[in-house]
Amino acid sequence: MKILNKLKAFFLIDFIRAYVLAQKYFFRKKSTLNYPYEKGKLSPRFRGEHALRRYPSGEERCIGCKLCEAVCPAQAITIETEPRDDGTRRTTRYDIDMVKCIYCNLCEESCPVDAIVQGPHFEFSTETREELYYDKEKLLSNGDRWESVLAANLEADAKYK
Amino acid sequence: MNAVSLISDNIYSILVILMWSMVVFVPILIGVILAVYGDRKIWAAVQKRKGPNVVGPFGLLQVPADGLKYIFKEIIIPDGADKILFILAPILTFALAIAAWSVIPIQAGAALSNINVGILYIFAISSLGVYGILIAGWSSNSKYPFFGALRSAAQMVSYEVSMGFVIVTVLMCVGSLNLTDIVMAQKNIWFFIPLFPMFVVFFISALAETNRPPFDLPEAESELVAGYQTEYSAIPFVLFFFGEYANILLMCSLTTILFLGGWLPPFDIAPFNMIPGFIWFLLKLIFVFYMFAMVKAFVPRYRYDQLMRLGWKVLLPVSLIAVVLTSSILFFFNLAPDLI
Repeated sequence: MKILNKLKAFFLIDFIRAYVLAQKYFFRKKSTLNYPYEKGKLSPRFRGEHALRRYPSGEERCIGCKLCEAVCPAQAITIETEPRDDGTRRTTRYDIDMVKCIYCNLCEESCPVDAIVQGPHFEFSTETREELYYDKEKLLSNGDRWESVLAANLEADAKYK
Repeated sequence: MNAVSLISDNIYSILVILMWSMVVFVPILIGVILAVYGDRKIWAAVQKRKGPNVVGPFGLLQVPADGLKYIFKEIIIPDGADKILFILAPILTFALAIAAWSVIPIQAGAALSNINVGILYIFAISSLGVYGILIAGWSSNSKYPFFGALRSAAQMVSYEVSMGFVIVTVLMCVGSLNLTDIVMAQKNIWFFIPLFPMFVVFFISALAETNRPPFDLPEAESELVAGYQTEYSAIPFVLFFFGEYANILLMCSLTTILFLGGWLPPFDIAPFNMIPGFIWFLLKLIFVFYMFAMVKAFVPRYRYDQLMRLGWKVLLPVSLIAVVLTSSILFFFNLAPDLI
């Protein structure tokens, strides 16, 4: 065997085989995704930018239970609540520090009313750090903007929950 | 006779010299740009990537764009560096890489200077190339460049020996050191057929000589950052990069001339010999370069001791035996060519 291996090495057998393999791959279909112009498929469970959803009537879903604030492992969520005139409890402040956030989806899982969700949007880089401190207004506007996709994703994933 | 009149009296011949050097420099510049682009594309294709495809049509302007970026950057000279040598090293590498091209014939009689010892000249110039790397490593006064330079020196010395023997076998079959004569001697059969083992040894040595993978130990990024180029930025870095690729192209064209029949067509019959010689030369050059790029794509880097073992214990004995064998065959079968 030893001599055989020596002969194999001397006649560059391994290199020839490697070349043939490389040549095969040379003509294979490219797996490159032409990113800004082409985008990959996202799962309904994709954990992107957060959004606060509303009921179809326009009422905010969030009831200010602070489960998400409690469960958040990065402590990125800050909530302040007060009773509203009609006696229901609503948030007066809902901030997410997107820099602290680790995108673990625990906030969405803990939410009893599907108010806070992570949507499919992931291209939200900014030029300053301050722009990444999201407040309630920003999160609600995200919810309004992505509602159709968010609802579809939640429905697609509902049977596995 | 003062300096001004010396220049004004010879203005015509100086202009002619400048023009001829442009005739060499501009095609090499374009060649290097295309080589870097081709290298990246081939490498990408093997890895199922697309390679550069955004800047310009098919990404062709990627390399000029990168070059432009480097030109506008700051030249950083480290405090501890020897300033003169630090700047001199890339200039030396660049100048030597260009100088060797002056004797390469791309067609019958189409060399800048058709000197009688062409192959010796190229060999000498490419040996000098190691000085650029050595000086760069030494003058940077930093440990990684220094290690890179030491490795490079050891590597080039070891592989140049077997390369020299390979060239000797070719020269024995030709009987002349002139590159045009070497090509014309392959009129009947290209040398890579009778001297196939030598062709392989030459190819491997050429890879080692130009610091290409799998022999890119002088600039092994996983252990030496960037080897001798570590401290270089901006234009000096471009000069190194340019010199490296010009050397690769030089080795490709040398392989073409020594083994693949230079500008000669594969068959000396109607459709083949109507195509002009330099196109055949370019096609062969592209083929050899393609092989260079493919090797980069599929062979992992050698360890330092493996590199030395391959050079001294495999390639050197093989090429030595080949010299003896070739000369014996030429002598006993009376095939030795008349000295031209």
